[in-house]
Amino acid sequence: MLGEGIIQGLVETARNFFGSYVEKDRLTTVQYPEERLPLPEASRVFPFLLYDGKDPDAGLRCVACQICEKECPPRCIHIEKSKDKKPDFVGKMQVYPAVFDIDVSVCMSCQICVEVCPFDAIRMDKVFELSTDNRFRKLLYTKKELSKPNEYYQKIHPLEAAETDERRAKEAEEAKAKAAAAEAAAKAKAAAAAATPPVGEASGNGAAAPAKLAETKGSPQ
Amino acid sequence: MRDALLDRPVYEPEEGEIMEVSMGPHHPSTHGVFRMDVKLEGERVMKLKPVFGYLHRNHEKIAEHGAYLAAIPYTDRLDYLCSMTNNWGYVLAVEKLAGLQVPERAEYLRVIVAELTRFQNHAGLIGFLLQDMGASGTPLMYAFREREKILDLFESLSGARMMCNYMRFGGLRVDATKEWLDEVRALIALLPGFVDEFEALLRANEILMARTQGTGVLPRELAINASVTGPMLRASGVNYDIRKVDHYGVYDRFSFKVPLGEHGDVYDRYMMRLLEMRETVKILEQALKDIPEGPVMDPKVRLRGLRPKAGEAYGRIESPKGELGFFLISDGTGNPYRYRVRPPCMINLTILEDMCLGHNIADVVIILGSVDIVLGEVDR
Amino acid sequence: MALPPVEQIKAQIEAGVPGASVTVILNGSPSAQHSLLLDPAHARAVAELLRDHSEWRLDYCTLVTGVDWPDTETSEKVKVRKFVKAADGTESEQEVDEVRKTKVPGYLEAVYHLFSMEKKHGQVVLRLRTGNRTDDTHVPSLTPVWRGAEFQEREAFDLYGIVFDGHPDLRRILMWDGFKDYPMRKDYVPPADEIPVIEVHS
Ligand code: SF4
Ligand code: SF4
Repeated sequence: MLGEGIIQGLVETARNFFGSYVEKDRLTTVQYPEERLPLPEASRVFPFLLYDGKDPDAGLRCVACQICEKECPPRCIHIEKSKDKKPDFVGKMQVYPAVFDIDVSVCMSCQICVEVCPFDAIRMDKVFELSTDNRFRKLLYTKKELSKPNEYYQKIHPLEAAETDERRAKEAEEAKAKAAAAEAAAKAKAAAAAATPPVGEASGNGAAAPAKLAETKGSPQ
Repeated sequence: MRDALLDRPVYEPEEGEIMEVSMGPHHPSTHGVFRMDVKLEGERVMKLKPVFGYLHRNHEKIAEHGAYLAAIPYTDRLDYLCSMTNNWGYVLAVEKLAGLQVPERAEYLRVIVAELTRFQNHAGLIGFLLQDMGASGTPLMYAFREREKILDLFESLSGARMMCNYMRFGGLRVDATKEWLDEVRALIALLPGFVDEFEALLRANEILMARTQGTGVLPRELAINASVTGPMLRASGVNYDIRKVDHYGVYDRFSFKVPLGEHGDVYDRYMMRLLEMRETVKILEQALKDIPEGPVMDPKVRLRGLRPKAGEAYGRIESPKGELGFFLISDGTGNPYRYRVRPPCMINLTILEDMCLGHNIADVVIILGSVDIVLGEVDR
Repeated sequence: MALPPVEQIKAQIEAGVPGASVTVILNGSPSAQHSLLLDPAHARAVAELLRDHSEWRLDYCTLVTGVDWPDTETSEKVKVRKFVKAADGTESEQEVDEVRKTKVPGYLEAVYHLFSMEKKHGQVVLRLRTGNRTDDTHVPSLTPVWRGAEFQEREAFDLYGIVFDGHPDLRRILMWDGFKDYPMRKDYVPPADEIPVIEVHS
């Protein structure tokens, strides 16, 4: 019968129309600004820098190794190394970024910087409502705007953060143990040195010895 | 005889004058910034030249300047509806070039995400095609309702809905959790019902049939000679599906059919997508049943600083739009010497003129819609 | 049914097309996709042979790629005997190292990947090379054999400047008509940011 197909289609639309009153699955619209869906854990927008503790300058994990700068496909990261050093989480002296800028108008949210960073210093943020009225200055994020505490990371990516924290705690512990062992070894050495006075005396004069040696070297003339 | 394929029919105006119309680049029916220079006699198309390049950003040059890893996020932006299959095409080419192995679980997950991509691409395409025909809104909204669920899955897996950047040469970036796989299982239980509904909506509609049957016929011989691929080729009755021919990945382990058309008109191309959606669900079911445990990334592969031996490789996959291939030449350094994409959309446009000649201008819109183009890939 | 190895294809082509010279180019990567270099004069005939060959039926030309191989300079060290003046003025014959530089002219290359839809096999890779990169950039077009090459040859013309003789409609395809340079060449220098002048219809 002519028109059968049209009726068949109209039955379908009618089913969806009336179904939308009863079935949740047929009424999927979310009234966005008022109503928000939770973002999945893996969701990513733009990168940010992590710091431990309270002070963003002292606790910044980034050591300005510039790997992310090199690997970023559109090259939107700009890093300048500092002249001086500061201790990192295991107490090793490291340089830190004096300048760390990300141009988010260029960034394509690819997460490659996160993947390649060997220091767990950079992670993806989930904030997506970032429109501004100034497309130059306000879309260039500096170190200050990028630095966010580890608690924030734990909040937005709980599983991932727990894993990272665990690994870092282990590393720190190992480093501590190593440092303690080294210290103990140094102490033991010192103790051993102290226990044998004759050598100790000799080594006590050690500082002056090279000068003497130089003198003796020079003396034949 | 086949050389005669080049001689296109010439229409002489009988009376009246010829009008030149520039359809696009800003026109809702052109699916992006695409232009057709059309010569019309009355409403009949006498000549049609596709003009594109408005979105050209020289993707190939950009990729040649970066490392092998850095090209992956750029491939997302080729056919921005199907970033997963684009990733796959590229990593497959790199794996061939460098001789890398992929763990089994990663191969299964690749099939799962690629088939989900195919499903949502076809659903979207049918929505747009029907919209072009005047079924304004409704089918497209139904398609997007379903597509949304798939994109949500992509987001919870890879972090992004459309620019997934999920695959890596030698495996995948992250593993799927058990919960994620269960969610996919729950979703694909619903998909056949959706396809039924979607099909009942307009398949037997008399107005649609009158408009699409016999419109934009692409003969079999011409389709082969013009390198048309994907559902468009199969609508013309050529049995050529790279999943079946090359058996890349683990496609040889699944049983599925390749739907074939008979007439090569717009209606066949529309039906082809519907039937492929059903087959896709079948593949998904099998893949989810068999997926093994294990790692998803070969630990020996160096993602950063991969330097394949000098040589070249061509890798291709069956993307939802057709054959998506990547041709790479390595000179032994860390970035590809030559990086070339075979864009299925652009090559399928070769015969647009042949399909449109002699039809009314309103039919040009649906013929173009049935080709399924995405300008991000046509222009690169 | 699989295709025979490239050497065999080469031999059959040379038997089938009188005068054609085909060179096998080996591919060192694990993919081992070797290719055949055709001489431009017989390329059309060879392409037709491949397409119509009853066993191969390579009816499907997937991919056409332009590749740029710029002029290279190879320098090699050679030992030459020469009279050398020592500091005290005496001359003696000695062996000295000399660096000789040879210029290898570059060329542009069009690469065609062929498959068969009928026999479901592949691939055969054909290569065509131009004489140089400046004035002799012609190769025969294979669009009359496979229409699928039409847009891709136009693209190679647009981005590399390879002129395909016999192409039915060789125009720029991605860049605009007034554009001068060839952006995919290795020595392309992008112009400084300039705002294009847009002609407004009067
Ligand atoms: S963010 Fe990571 S990779 Fe980038 S400079 Fe800092 S430590 Fe290095
Ligand atoms: S997310 Fe990608 S584009 Fe953005 S800064 Fe990181 S590497 Fe660069």
